[in-house]
Amino acid sequence: MISKLRTRTSFLAGPYALWVLICTVLPLLFILYYALTNDNGHFTLDNFTAIADPIHLKSLWLSFQVAIITTVICLIMAYPAALILHNLKISNKSFVVFLFILPMWMNFMLRILAWQNILSNNGILNNILKFLGLGTIHILYTKSAVILGMVYDFLPYMILPIYNSLSKINDDIVEAAADLGAKWHTILFRITLPLSKDGIISGVIMVFVPSLSSFVVSNLLGGGKVLLIGNVIEQEFTLARNWNLGSGLSIILMIFVLLSMSIMNNEDDAGKGGMPL
Amino acid sequence: MEFIQFDKVSKSYDGQLILDELDLNVKENSFVTLLGPSGCGKTTTLRLLGGFEKPDSGNIYLNGTDITLLPANLRPINTVFQKYALFPHMTIAENIAFGLKIQKKSQDYINDKIKYALKLVNLDGFENRDIDSLSGGQQQRIAIARAIVNEPKVLLLDEPLGALDLKLRQSMQYELMKLKQELGITFIYVTHDQEEALTMSDTIVVMNQGYIQQIGTPEDIYNEPENAFVADFIGESNIIEGIMIKDELVQFLGVQVPCVDKGFGNMKPVDVVIRPEDVELDQPGKGFMDGIITGCIFKGVHYELDVQCGNWEWMVHTTKYFEVGQQVSLNVIPFNIQIMNKPASEDEEVLKEDDK
Amino acid sequence: MKKIKTATSAIYMAIIFLFLYAPIFVLIVLSFNDSMSRTVWGGFTLQWYANLPFNDTIMDALFTTLRITICSSLLATVLGTSAAVGIHHMKKHHAAIMLGATNIPLLNADIVTGISLMLLFTRFTSLGEFSVVLAHITFSVPYVIFNVLPRLQSMSDSCFEAAMDLGASPAYAFYKVIWPELIPGVLSGFLMAVTMSLDDFTITYFTKGAGVNTLSTMLYTELRKGIQPELYALSTLLFLLAFVMLLIINFKSRNQEVKNEN
Repeated sequence: MISKLRTRTSFLAGPYALWVLICTVLPLLFILYYALTNDNGHFTLDNFTAIADPIHLKSLWLSFQVAIITTVICLIMAYPAALILHNLKISNKSFVVFLFILPMWMNFMLRILAWQNILSNNGILNNILKFLGLGTIHILYTKSAVILGMVYDFLPYMILPIYNSLSKINDDIVEAAADLGAKWHTILFRITLPLSKDGIISGVIMVFVPSLSSFVVSNLLGGGKVLLIGNVIEQEFTLARNWNLGSGLSIILMIFVLLSMSIMNNEDDAGKGGMPL
Repeated sequence: MEFIQFDKVSKSYDGQLILDELDLNVKENSFVTLLGPSGCGKTTTLRLLGGFEKPDSGNIYLNGTDITLLPANLRPINTVFQKYALFPHMTIAENIAFGLKIQKKSQDYINDKIKYALKLVNLDGFENRDIDSLSGGQQQRIAIARAIVNEPKVLLLDEPLGALDLKLRQSMQYELMKLKQELGITFIYVTHDQEEALTMSDTIVVMNQGYIQQIGTPEDIYNEPENAFVADFIGESNIIEGIMIKDELVQFLGVQVPCVDKGFGNMKPVDVVIRPEDVELDQPGKGFMDGIITGCIFKGVHYELDVQCGNWEWMVHTTKYFEVGQQVSLNVIPFNIQIMNKPASEDEEVLKEDDK
Repeated sequence: MKKIKTATSAIYMAIIFLFLYAPIFVLIVLSFNDSMSRTVWGGFTLQWYANLPFNDTIMDALFTTLRITICSSLLATVLGTSAAVGIHHMKKHHAAIMLGATNIPLLNADIVTGISLMLLFTRFTSLGEFSVVLAHITFSVPYVIFNVLPRLQSMSDSCFEAAMDLGASPAYAFYKVIWPELIPGVLSGFLMAVTMSLDDFTITYFTKGAGVNTLSTMLYTELRKGIQPELYALSTLLFLLAFVMLLIINFKSRNQEVKNEN
């Protein structure tokens, strides 16, 4: 009886399955169709080979650099923060989560614009530095500013998954390690870090993907001087109105993301297999 | 007409056969325990009766009516679940009232019933407490109260005491027996704990791998196990391969010993079951077999001894202390030697091996 | 030793939160700045708050944003909750396929999602508020599903069976036993959907038609003209609203805990 009921309730997912088909799968087929055709609707591979164009290649390479640096900085900043939060033993976990989501209620673009204020030559940061007698820095409209903006924007996406995976670790395991004579750094590198790997991986993906493809942060904080692959694609759609080329480059970007993720997963598998018992 | 009848009921999950043409009859007002190791099909049997599963084939009758296809909510049967399954967002009173509200009983009736049920399980005055504030034993009682207020004809209990500690388990056993007498309804109880089964039930159904191994009173099951599986599962036993020389004479471990069993034929291979408490120790040479004590553990009421006789190690329970290394002889009176047929098929042989 | 550790931790967290909340602080200060310039402090004023209701561009964008957010979050919550219940009861490999598909909008780059939806919409319907709502539902549903599904998984099946056992019909059992346990997951899923919808720029940017503007897209198009200070006032208000909501929720759940402990 119950099992029959189960098959019946599984149809509740029906409307969503239809939605996925129309709004997730079908659009991807559309983008693939546009990528494989030219203006006249004829089959072509030109939109893919266009990536070999030095301008495109350069922007892809720059995006990759920015994404890697952003991800690494986020990871280095986020892990200690997640660890500290975890050790606070706050009973109300959702409160912590909210503290990191709360800034999102201030419009994302306004927040990035506020960084312009902070970073500009006569901005808040330089005034503070001058006051402290440390000289000034000029990073607005450079790659550094773009990276800073991305780190700012995506840091919560790194902290939250790591924090979640840390809170899933059984305290007994840590105590057992201490009981067996492990020092804090041994516990961190041999116990905590490997056990929070899942959180690290999903954090890395959630930071790497948007920072590889973002175009708004580079527009606002790069001042048009930092041309990422996201900017190139956006311009193909809004300025050049070459949808086919834009679609082709989007597909390339997608493939690039998938490749990076599968390399990351492989690394992870290799790590698992090679772990000494 | 039987009260509850399973007629050739089969059930499999994911291609794995759990019950194979099970036939089972249960008398009204009995306390029946389904006993067996995990995976033996006892819980599936209970779930089929509760209406949570549908058999692949066969029929189930209650009071002569075919209830095979009747959904759980329409059966006059209630269940006490293994992990209690209390509704966490409701108070105790709301939990108990759940079934009565569905039956559209009056509020006065419901209130009376809640009072009565809480008194019955010794938790008077707990009406408005939260589920979280209760101990495991108390939650168990609420689960029972919630089931019995609906006045079911049959109460199903799925390892209800499994999560409780030993002391509590024993006192709950007596309370359940008392409850059974007060309510005068049929209890069907599932457990893997043989002591629980022997204490509470008036009929025990020993199951293994989807088959019923033996049905009988606790005394029958303990004293006259029908096969090696039952003997091994119920209590502790020395199970030895032997040969039935002729009626009332069996040979095992190289000696011939008189027994009381007949009708096995001559020179037939059999299994010999001897309970550890039935072995008597004596001066060397006085019994049917000599051996040396290789282990002695104090168990409270008795000592558990290991006695090595050639290649065979006996388990013996005595109230007297023996030194390790001491020479002894073994004796068993003919009445305490239980002879069983060898498993007929290879399948049963496998079961026997699995259990060890 | 321990004190040094605690102090270092506190300082580190202070820096992280300073980093996350610095721009917010700047924006709040700007909302009281009596100067059109973003870099000059011209004294304290409340005029941007006073002018806010009469700024048609901003109010239009605000209402468009709210309409889109509320419609898409509500629909995504209904769709996602029923999908989660369905997926929970599916056979394992069917559920795996559904979850894989659910991951696509989360893992795909926003720009690709936005463009692919735009290509679909321009083909079958026109771009406008409606297409933005469809797009927002598409990227919000996964958040609802991943908030509701764990609650279903942590619930034992036996509660549902117990309700059936006590005479409840399947629908009654769901409503009385499963649903109350799901509510927190549904609520946090809804909240995530609202947050993501409010904060989205990229996907809205590609799927909106001409003339339709949410706060984000309006900002982007008007960047070169300079930002109207009323926007600072508006976002300060929105932020405070969220902040107060957070405090209330936190206070309530803490009360709940105290109650449970007694």
